[in-house]
Amino acid sequence: MSIHKQRTFRVFTVALLTMGITMPAAQADDDDRDERYGARSNERYSGKYGGENRGKPLQPAQTNIKFQQECSTCHIAYSPGLLPAESWRKIMNGLDKHFGSDASLDAQDNKEVTAFLVSNASNRWSAPTTPLRITETAWFKRKHDSREINPAVWKNPQVKSPANCAACHPRAERGDFNEHDIRIPK
Amino acid sequence: MFRIFHISGLALVVVAGLAAQPALAETPNEMLASIQKEASSTPGFQGFSAARGESFFKAKHGNEWSCSSCHTDNPAVPGKHAKTGKVIDPLAPSANAERFTSPKKMEKWFKRNCNDVLNRVCTPQEKGDVLAYLLAVKK
Repeated sequence: MSIHKQRTFRVFTVALLTMGITMPAAQADDDDRDERYGARSNERYSGKYGGENRGKPLQPAQTNIKFQQECSTCHIAYSPGLLPAESWRKIMNGLDKHFGSDASLDAQDNKEVTAFLVSNASNRWSAPTTPLRITETAWFKRKHDSREINPAVWKNPQVKSPANCAACHPRAERGDFNEHDIRIPK
Repeated sequence: MFRIFHISGLALVVVAGLAAQPALAETPNEMLASIQKEASSTPGFQGFSAARGESFFKAKHGNEWSCSSCHTDNPAVPGKHAKTGKVIDPLAPSANAERFTSPKKMEKWFKRNCNDVLNRVCTPQEKGDVLAYLLAVKK
């Protein structure tokens, strides 16, 4: 092994060890019940929420103008990290029938937006599932179940729909869902 | 050397910026003229009618939504997306100077909204009538 290769190997080993130390700390941002939920349920895929976990970060530091413009006309521009890459591909392939509405883009714009979504999709998704609705993912359901959110909240006309993130998460558009900022309308 | 790179880099950015513009902005009247050009090849074409455009805009065409479901019966005021509730800026050029200034944007929305309201593309006659109506709406 050359000196150069030895050094590379050493750096790699240190990096691996460091990852091992920092990983549990990074996962400690969610509450204990999440861990029990994952362990208790009969989910086939490993990882939190049966492998249906949103990415970290939800939104890259550098956004894409086309994505921001095109995806925020009818609803907020949902962060790419909320779904896995394959879900975004499916959504972008079916834009002419987008949840009951024609939201088609021309080929060039579609390609650009798809590339942005796919390359910034959830990096913590290990299940082979590809939901089309963010509200159908395991992490979403767990974070918004009846123990977390009083079911009456969903009936509030100011909330209207669980797809209306910004009703309670004021910085949803920027991919910021910090639970300390949540404001549930009365 | 550094300066040459700097200038050529800047030139590249400027050229890329120009290339990214889909088409130069036009006025709503120019857009209406281009629809008219398209419509005039239809046999029996007798011009556009704002009154016909208004009834078309406010009527349902077999589907759940009409144009006014989202844009309201008064295109000079803000509308609201029928499903998501997101605010839609006024559609009438008198109330919103940005409307009907980009051919690409107009084509995109006619395709989408005609599909939602009529399950098909709109004819040049229908598009022209609607635009004639929207141009007649006073703020």
